[in-house]
Formats: sequence, structure tokens, C-alpha cells
Amino acid sequence: MEKQSLTSKKTAFIQWWKWLSVILIFYTLIAGLLIDVPRLPILHESIRNLFFHVTMWFSMLIMMIASVVYGIRYLRSGKITNDIKAEKCVQSGIFLGILGLLTGSIWAKFTWGAWWVNDAKLNGAAASMLVYLAYVILQGAMDNEHKRARISAVYSIFAFTLMIVFIMILPRLTDSLHPGNGGNPGFGAYDLDSGMRTVFYPAVIGWALLAAWITEIRVRMKYIQHKKENS
Amino acid sequence: MNATIFREINFLIKKEIRQEWKQKYAFQGLLLYVVSTVFVCYLSFKQIIDPPTWNALFWIILLFAGVNAVAKSFMQESRGRLLYFYTLADARSVIMAKTVYSLLLMITLSIISLIFYSLFVGSPVVNYPMYFLAMVLGSAGFATVLSMVSAIAAKAGSNTTLMAVLSFPILIPLLMTTIRFSKNAMDGLAWSVNVNFMIILVSLNALVIALSYLLFPYLWRE
Repeated sequence: MEKQSLTSKKTAFIQWWKWLSVILIFYTLIAGLLIDVPRLPILHESIRNLFFHVTMWFSMLIMMIASVVYGIRYLRSGKITNDIKAEKCVQSGIFLGILGLLTGSIWAKFTWGAWWVNDAKLNGAAASMLVYLAYVILQGAMDNEHKRARISAVYSIFAFTLMIVFIMILPRLTDSLHPGNGGNPGFGAYDLDSGMRTVFYPAVIGWALLAAWITEIRVRMKYIQHKKENS
Repeated sequence: MNATIFREINFLIKKEIRQEWKQKYAFQGLLLYVVSTVFVCYLSFKQIIDPPTWNALFWIILLFAGVNAVAKSFMQESRGRLLYFYTLADARSVIMAKTVYSLLLMITLSIISLIFYSLFVGSPVVNYPMYFLAMVLGSAGFATVLSMVSAIAAKAGSNTTLMAVLSFPILIPLLMTTIRFSKNAMDGLAWSVNVNFMIILVSLNALVIALSYLLFPYLWRE
């Protein structure tokens, strides 16, 4: 861990990508609410939620992919640092997922009239969140560090594959209210051709970087705790 | 794939069946569980006139019976015996054998449950062959997912609560698809309507089997 000093100019107090995440998220907030958006029936101005709801789910996917990668690295190398990173990535992913569910619920209230509907994609998303919450419970059930790491890695690979199936594949096969599934056109068809792209992609990067920042802090906290316990 | 893997799997399945046949403890327990649950349903509902309710209730009974059935498959083995198997058989053969055995158990259990359920509460099923196919595919789904989750839970402390907590979220989409498929079968809809559901169930089963095959060796190591 690099030495951090308020006065030294040699080491960065906060790395460049952390600044970038703050800038991008402020940009998303301001530009997202100010730019012109296409007017679609039913959606009207609520289409701006695209910059929050969809981008948060994308960032969650990125965090879960990171956790699977670290899990596989742990299984191959046996280094406990990989497991610590995997665990914290999943927790950040769960946080983003819950935010995604909340923003989606708010959106649903304004467009479909109810906070929750009985829909394949929503049920799949809720089931995936439950699967990852079960991962957290599984972690709590084991004391032995390496055993916990191994079993969590295996379960996270299992959970990630199932999440992809539940969120992306199953809703496309059945009828669904959700845009992009069940015969409804996705947003890509209309709006991402317009200026919405200029806010959408930076937003994904911004949320992902923010989640990475939170994860990095928590990983560093866990490293210190781990060293204390094992010294 | 070697012929030895198939021989190992075959041998392990036969061993499971023989072990079960000797004691019959687990199977009789499950049978009693199912019959009692069906009886409670009968006493509560008397006659289930509404077909969707009949179907949903049947699958919920099967869900809980399945979780109990497959939970025993890994958790009843003592640690010494598991270590002994580790020296003898390939990890993949073990998980495949357990999955196939659970599948056979689930199918048997579901047929018997259907018989008792129809006896007590009546049966609005129109298309029996398709309903039977739905039952087989649903049982297969339960068996594959629950075997893998049971292996994970067994390593994490053999806690039945943990097994239920881990398995229910994974089983929700599977259960929903199976219930819709079997509801269509019950109503007597044509095969063409249900092809989608059959493809989904078969692919889900194949995916979970592939995942178990790949991941179980990492769990098996002590």
C-alpha cells in the first residue's frame, strides 16, 4: 500500500480514476436531467431514469464479473487476497443491484402504475438478488478461511451463470412487460441513436468506477483486519 | 469421455439404490411426508375446484418434499465415508451419480404424490402424457439444482436451513416455468404451445448439470 501524505506531491492522495468517477456521476446527474430526450408514449420524461436504472444494473454486472474472475483466480492460485476482493465485489454488486431494483420500482410506478408487477424479468432480477444474498449467508456459515474462500468461489460462479440466465435469457423467451424482452422493442431501437448515448456510456463508467472505489476501500479495510487477525 | 467414467457412475448409482433399499429409511420418511401434506391439504380445502390452485399447490408440495429428499443425499454421509470415496472415485462420477439418483428419487416421489393427490383432492388434468412430461422435467430440474446446492451446503456445515436458503432463490424461476408448463398440460393445450417451455426446462437442466460437472471437483477437495 502506497504511503499517503497530504503534503507530499510524489504520491497521489486520491487516484485519477476516483476523481473521474465523481466527475462522471455529477455529469450524469446534471446532464441527465437537462438534456433533450425523445418523447415516447407512456414514458414521457421518465425515460431519464434510463441513465440511472439501466446503468446501475450494467455496473452491477461488471462488479459480478469481477467477482467471478477473482473467484477463479483464487481457485487457481490459493491466494486469500483474491478471495477478499471477490467477496467485496459481490457486496458492492448487491448494493448496486438493490439500487437498481429501487430505481426500477419507482419507474414502474410511474409507467405501469404499480411498484411491482408479476413479470418474468422482474422476478428473475429479484431471484438473482436473493441468490446473491444467499451467498452472503453462506459466507457467514463457515469459519475456516480457505474453505470459505473455496466454497464461495464455486457458489459465485454458479450464481453468476444463473443470474445471466434469469435476467437476460429467460425474459427474452417468455412474454414480458419490460422493454427489450417479450416482443417489446428495447431502447436501443429509438433513443440511443439520439443524444442519450452521450450521457448513457459515461454514466455506466461512472457508476462502475464508484463501485470499484467503494470496493477498494473495503478491500483495504479487510486486508488490515486480516493482517491483524493473523499476526 | 472414458468408458470408465460411465462404469463408475453406474456403480455409484447402484450403490446408492442398494443402500436406500437396505434401510428404506429416507424413502419411507419422504412418502410419509408427502402423504401427510396431501392429507392436510385435503382437510383444509376439501375439494380444490380451481385448476391453477390445484397445480400450484401440487408443485409446492413437491418442492418441499424434494428439498427434504435431496438434502439427505450429501448430508447423511459421514466424513470418513466421504474421504474413502474421494480416494476411490473421480469427483465428477460422484456428482453425476448423486444427480441421477436424486432424479430417479424425485420422479418416483412425484408419481406417488400425484396418485395420492388425485385420490384425495381430485384431478382436473386433461392431458396426462404431457403432464407426466412436465413432472419429469420439473423433477429433473429440482434434482440437478438441489444436488449441487446440497453438496455446497454439506461442505458448509450440513445445516438443513442453509440448504433451503440457498436453494429457494435458484429454484424460483425453474418452479415458475414448470408450473406454467404443467398448467398448460392440465388444460389440455396443444404441444406446439408448450415447445418453448420444454426447451427452457431442458436447457436449464443441461446448464446446471454442466456447471455441477465443472465445479464439483473444486468442492470435493478437502
